[in-house]
Amino acid sequence: MVVQSDLAEAGIAIERDPPPMGTTAAGRRSALWRFRARYVAEKILSAVFVLWAAVTLSFFSIHFAPGDPVTLLMGEVETPELRAAVEEAWGLNRPFHEQYLSYLGNLLHGDFGFSFAQNKPVNDILFGPQLMASAQLTAFALVAALVIAVVLAVLTAGRRGFVSKAIQLGELVFASMPSFWLGIVLITIFAFNLGWLPVTSGTNLQKLILPGLTLALPLAAVLGQVIREGIERSLEQPYSVTALARGIGPTRLKYAHALRHSLLPATTLAGWAVGGMLTGTVVVEQVFGRSGIGQATVAAVTLQDIPVVLAVAMLAAFIYVGVNTLVDILYLWIDPRMRTR
Amino acid sequence: MSISLTEAFRPARPLRWDIILSLAFLALLAIAALFPWLIAPRDPLQTDFGNALMPPSLEHFFGTDKLGRDVYTRTVYGARYSLFIGVLSTVLGVGLGVLFGLIAGVSNRLTNEGISRFFDVVGAFPDLLFALVLITFTGPGTWNLIFAIGIASAPRYGRVVRAETLAIRESEFVQQAKLSIASHAKVVIRHVLPNALGTVPVLATLGIGSAILGAAGLSYLGFGPQQPIPEWGSMLSEARGDLRVAWWSGFFPGLVITLTVISVTLVGRYLQRRFERRSVS
Repeated sequence: MVVQSDLAEAGIAIERDPPPMGTTAAGRRSALWRFRARYVAEKILSAVFVLWAAVTLSFFSIHFAPGDPVTLLMGEVETPELRAAVEEAWGLNRPFHEQYLSYLGNLLHGDFGFSFAQNKPVNDILFGPQLMASAQLTAFALVAALVIAVVLAVLTAGRRGFVSKAIQLGELVFASMPSFWLGIVLITIFAFNLGWLPVTSGTNLQKLILPGLTLALPLAAVLGQVIREGIERSLEQPYSVTALARGIGPTRLKYAHALRHSLLPATTLAGWAVGGMLTGTVVVEQVFGRSGIGQATVAAVTLQDIPVVLAVAMLAAFIYVGVNTLVDILYLWIDPRMRTR
Repeated sequence: MSISLTEAFRPARPLRWDIILSLAFLALLAIAALFPWLIAPRDPLQTDFGNALMPPSLEHFFGTDKLGRDVYTRTVYGARYSLFIGVLSTVLGVGLGVLFGLIAGVSNRLTNEGISRFFDVVGAFPDLLFALVLITFTGPGTWNLIFAIGIASAPRYGRVVRAETLAIRESEFVQQAKLSIASHAKVVIRHVLPNALGTVPVLATLGIGSAILGAAGLSYLGFGPQQPIPEWGSMLSEARGDLRVAWWSGFFPGLVITLTVISVTLVGRYLQRRFERRSVS
């Protein structure tokens, strides 16, 4: 029941509605708010639909995966009585739709199920200290990437000198690099040759810097290119000429006016960036021997531990869809053009 | 008209040196993939424990690894595997994307809606994580890697083709074709498909770069071609253990991956700009 109404509403949700019209100022304002409410509702509904479908897909994959969880749970001993008891204890003998509903219900409570391969709840494998470690790493990397990208883009936008060219080439190189290679190069230079930073020992912050930069630099390279293009496009607009004519300096013009405009297209990349960070941690944690969600994922793929891998994938999808929906909704307020539609 | 004669005879925009270099490097890779023995006479699998972990020299350009195998030879032979995986998985992704995008674009509203929602759902997972999920089911290996990366990239192409198809099927020449040609399938294949492809070749070129990166990452984790195949990603993961004493055995394969992706990206962007100019004029 829930399913079909969701589908229908989400189906309507992609239809674009006409811009709000009103004759009086008050009429326009209330039309604007109606437009906003409708827009927000549409975005949230379609996000809920996508996540529901992703979860259902995951349930089917777990349910119809090759291999029998009961055999894994019983171990060496196998008797029909034990099999029945295990099935009873884990609810594996219940009808299909009941298992599906309890899976959905558990997920809503943040319970990602049970890993039969590792004989532990999925939450214990992923969401203890591992989640903290990976969250620290990605947060550090996101902040570092944003700072590096904005500074480089503001410094080089609209310039044709040698330094700008070199930085643009650097961005291309870093965006094209495999992150594990970048990690290996950074370890070789900063840990082994210069001896500035330890790889395994050291304080938490010291251990965060190299893996954090490994994640951050490729992202900074991509963001830098997008932001620079935005700044350069904005510098060609009439309002930039007006600002220059009013006597504003070129640097101030860039960070006070153009940067704001260039960050708009960059925010649409937020979901992609956060999702990419999660994937990046899988490789980077392996290179640096850091424990975290990424390393747990690699171990789970090797063990063919489907519930754990799917939990990570679902987490990534939740974050991706959540951030994208948030950005779409924030656009109503941060993009002035959405007010006149 | 103030166009001078020399200007009129010059091509619209000359080929630039970065594109020439990229194409030259890709040509070199093609030789390495097809005829590796022409530029690397040694055997990529030949071990020589007396010469393990030797630094780069005239005899071993890129040094040797911990089993004494020549890193240069292995890197040259690795082009075959890495390019093969990158190109084939892109072909698979584009093929699936075009097929389902086209079906969505020309079908009735329900099918169209269903396929595009399916793209949304698959697209909500980051590409590499989706590929990892598929590998969890299939297990590691070269072909499984190709399938995983190809399927994970399909929605990207599918969305573009679907959007283009929707626009094109309403255009006048398609309506005209529908009147003069009886078969619906014929109209779709002869008139809608070629036009709906649009930017797909450009996207595919850029996609090969990310497919090569993704494949290298997954084989670094051990889910691609298995030992002793000289694939670039798995070479790096072997080299990771000897990093303290031998930087070269991981440095050079990684450098070649980076140069490959840069070349593919530059060529892709060049095509993109040309395509955009063509559609503007």
